[in-house]
Amino acid sequence: MRRIKEFIIEKLILISGLTCVLFVLLIFLFLLKEGMSVFKTVSVLKFLLGKNWYPISEPPQLGILPLILGSLMVTLGAIIISLPLGVACALYIAEVAPLKIKEVLKAGIELLAAIPSVVLGFIGMVTLVPWVKHVFRLPTGLTALSGSIMLAFMAMPTIVSVAEDALYAVPKAYKEAALALGATRWQTIYRVILPAASSGILAAVMLGIGRVIGETMAVMMITGNSATIPKSILEPVRTLTATIAAEMGEAVVGSEHYFALFAIGIVLFVISFIINVSADLFLHKTKS
Amino acid sequence: MNAIEVKELNFWYGSFQALKDINANFKEKKITAIIGPSGCGKSTLLRVFNRMNDLIEGVTTRGEVIINGQNILNKDIDLVKLRRDVGMVFQRPNPFPLSIYENIVFGLKIHGLKDNLNEVVEKSLKAVFLWDNLKDRLHQSALSLSLEQKQRLCIARVLAVRPRILLMDEPCSALDPQATLRIEELMRELKNNYTIIIVTHNMQQAARISDEVGFMLLGELVEFGKTEEIFTRPKDKRTEDYISGRYG
Repeated sequence: MRRIKEFIIEKLILISGLTCVLFVLLIFLFLLKEGMSVFKTVSVLKFLLGKNWYPISEPPQLGILPLILGSLMVTLGAIIISLPLGVACALYIAEVAPLKIKEVLKAGIELLAAIPSVVLGFIGMVTLVPWVKHVFRLPTGLTALSGSIMLAFMAMPTIVSVAEDALYAVPKAYKEAALALGATRWQTIYRVILPAASSGILAAVMLGIGRVIGETMAVMMITGNSATIPKSILEPVRTLTATIAAEMGEAVVGSEHYFALFAIGIVLFVISFIINVSADLFLHKTKS
Repeated sequence: MNAIEVKELNFWYGSFQALKDINANFKEKKITAIIGPSGCGKSTLLRVFNRMNDLIEGVTTRGEVIINGQNILNKDIDLVKLRRDVGMVFQRPNPFPLSIYENIVFGLKIHGLKDNLNEVVEKSLKAVFLWDNLKDRLHQSALSLSLEQKQRLCIARVLAVRPRILLMDEPCSALDPQATLRIEELMRELKNNYTIIIVTHNMQQAARISDEVGFMLLGELVEFGKTEEIFTRPKDKRTEDYISGRYG
């Protein structure tokens, strides 16, 4: 009787585990099935590198280069802002802060992660966007920069918590050795702890990128949604994600436009897959 | 000459008193062993001498510890200078995940010394008898060395900054018996130039290498004196019980 119980529980757990994989597989297959249809009319290269996204003109022009560049620009900007802040914050929590402040900070960062992105987008729209417009004397504050700044807030919690784990994983013996040799706290951090945690910090950045590149709501609200190739970070852009969200409702099911949006989904899936795998590789490198 | 003078030293972790009224003089260019059962405060005492206990939150230290004519427990003491003067070797070899060469010059670099690095590396490695073995692979990772070589490297790393006092916290506990004997031999060599204070739970080791011994129990320094006297004619009953193996 006990053996049968064990057997059933074991198999149930196995099935639950496999279900996750199955779902991902099904989603990917669905994306592929819907998205691949677009390549009957447009070549993959033309789709990825085409400079014009006019999905409802006649004939439709389905080039997503402006969208890819929009996503990259917003993401890059967000990472440039959140990486130093995030790593510095993780360092402060892991190495410097007294116990009480540490607890408060960690709770604060978790709270930041819990703010719905639409709320952040809304706040950005009424505060950051006018500010950017005013400071840079632009015709509109709905720019890639505004998106980057807002997304930096969303990448921060991920970067801080993963980087903090990486810093904690550095053996205390290294720190003791450095301090006992007369190193100051700062020398210990930048000569010993940061290098030892570097691959974990890289993983943190990758996961931060993953978080940002998939973000939709906030970027849709504050980046201006103009599907043109941006020449600077102070211009409106449109990201891959915002395109899907904004146009899915109006695309006729079964039209080229509809399939093209699914193809964008494939592109996003591939990008985040690559990012997650490389983050994983970095993390495993730290452990071995 | 005394390298370290300890007067009325008391130490607390929070409300737990780990050291009680310690008085002792550690002689220059001798090996002094601190022995006692685990938890008796011997590592804590050692870590007072280079103020490593400062890393722990909520500790209190009272009393005086005189090194170089200064009470190192003073708040305004220069910790960087103190730790350069008083080097420490740890229980588990802890080389940095850097090359052998970088490990040794680490101390020099943080103290802003950039001249004759190669010379110092050679001298330090020779002092721990690693030079002949490692001179052709100085730029390999230090993590590829054997445990004994790692511990020697850690000693060389400390010697490179030219300390006067070496604190050794059970430096052989991770090593096999043969490697232990060779490290002990090294310590006898080093005694010519350095004051060595070693914490060990291994009484035979203390008997083999030390000139003086302090026996600690429950935070008290029960007995302190010449090694052969402590091991042959201990004055205190508790010392006698410990070295005859009745507890510990």
